[in-house]
Amino acid sequence: MTADKRMSPDEAAATIVSGMTLGIGGWGSRRKPMALVRALLRTDVTDLTVVSYGGPDVGLLCAAGKVKRLIYGFVSLDSIPLEPHFRAARQNGTLAEPVEYDEGMLQWALYAGSLRLPFLPTRAGLASGVTEVNPGLRTVQSPYDDGEELLAVPAIRLDAAFVHLNRADQRGNAQYLGPDLYFDDLFLSACAPGRRFVSCERVVPTAELVAGGPFQTLRVNRSMVDGVVESPNGAHFTSCEPDYGRDEKFQKAYVEAAGDPATWATFTDRFLSGSEDAYQQAVAAWRDEAAGS
Amino acid sequence: MSGTDVQLADVVAVACAEAFRGDGEIFASGMGVMPMLGARLARATFSPDLLVSDGEAFFVDGDLPVGASLAATDGAGVEGWIPFRSVFDLLWGGRRHVMMGASQMDVYGNSNIANIGPWERPSAQLLGVRGGPGNTINHATSFFIPRHSSRVFTPSVDMVSGIGYDRAAQLHPNARAHHRLARVVTNLAVLDFETPDNRMRLVSVHPGVSVDDVVANTGFELVIADGVPTSRGPDAAEAAAIERLDPRGLRHRELPSTER
Repeated sequence: MTADKRMSPDEAAATIVSGMTLGIGGWGSRRKPMALVRALLRTDVTDLTVVSYGGPDVGLLCAAGKVKRLIYGFVSLDSIPLEPHFRAARQNGTLAEPVEYDEGMLQWALYAGSLRLPFLPTRAGLASGVTEVNPGLRTVQSPYDDGEELLAVPAIRLDAAFVHLNRADQRGNAQYLGPDLYFDDLFLSACAPGRRFVSCERVVPTAELVAGGPFQTLRVNRSMVDGVVESPNGAHFTSCEPDYGRDEKFQKAYVEAAGDPATWATFTDRFLSGSEDAYQQAVAAWRDEAAGS
Repeated sequence: MSGTDVQLADVVAVACAEAFRGDGEIFASGMGVMPMLGARLARATFSPDLLVSDGEAFFVDGDLPVGASLAATDGAGVEGWIPFRSVFDLLWGGRRHVMMGASQMDVYGNSNIANIGPWERPSAQLLGVRGGPGNTINHATSFFIPRHSSRVFTPSVDMVSGIGYDRAAQLHPNARAHHRLARVVTNLAVLDFETPDNRMRLVSVHPGVSVDDVVANTGFELVIADGVPTSRGPDAAEAAAIERLDPRGLRHRELPSTER
């Protein structure tokens, strides 16, 4: 029997060191490893390079001043197109090193990293502003008769990866039950062993994983995972289909609070100043209040 | 044809659908209510081979109303699976035509959804380039602009998220071959790039809109032929399909007929 990899969100976050490159799975405001992000907010880690199909994960880490470099194709809350903290960080100039890629380039960078290749070629990005704002990007010429010049997307190797899936066993085999894996397997595969963390709604026996969905849902195996974090509602307020949808009301409250330093301080005090359990209790209390009013 | 009794949102829905005419069996992908309605309307009427998605991860079989999810509707089902990774595979292979928005666009169709002001420190951070660079270099791209103004149609754009014809002309022929900006639909008019040097051309004006209105709200010189026609409204079959695809009238919220 292989190792029991279960741990708490805070134990996972405690392995992250300032200056590391962290990849965060999910997409926009969908199935984000928010419990792990919240745990990271409770540390004194700074100067991170964050790689993400960005949503509130990026917003919260920017607001907390933890991000030095951000590699992104977009940052959005989906039903609310613009992420307020990311906007503020860009407009105030507090995000020191933005690295803006085409969405597909980002996939290619992670895929190259996962295959231990220096780069992968693509047309996406050529002739666009992406090559102008990333002067370090190089092109490569096809060695065949066509001689076409292609963009060489440099590999991203991650020091740490956070993803949130629906189910996992204690060894790190994990399962998505929603409509889309997004690029979670690539984030794990592009990451050096040691700090690859999967949070999940529920840790179950392996047999229950297999029974819980078709084999095609088992896209993350234990060779890709170092730590398993059971975090019910751990993607909140982003969606985690089919376990729960996005908490649109809470997301709206988050955006409203982010609009002003005083309201954001109140929001932080109420929701983000304690443990993950405290967060979940505060959200439940907020819901009761909202229902009662 | 007076056309004054035609609703603006219906004219625009038809104009968006027309962008996909003749596309065959590819993914007609619409970003937002009106582009999605246009793609579904084209599929429901004159371009039945198109594939359309629910905006999440599935190809939709049947008429799914805009704003509805597959889980909550009857009558529309699933005919295929299109998670994000498959979207990239499919779009890099060219089997897609997207209609998206733009916050700025220039005369050659360079478009910007990323930021306003200098990229280094924008006055307004928007979405980021998203898939714009990969879309425009790999397959047909059309645009829907709900508020046609000289703030959107600008002499130059602050960040090129989607490449226009002048930039595409610099590419290797193998890449250039896949670049096509099909049409731009706004609340005032239909535009395209079917000119000798691929500058933007006024194709038609919507009922009640004059050519001068369009010119006054465009920040660069358009190619304008004599006798610009009026955009057509839906025929009976299209009108019925629009009602099926948007029974709640979301299109009118986006484009009220009184607002010009």
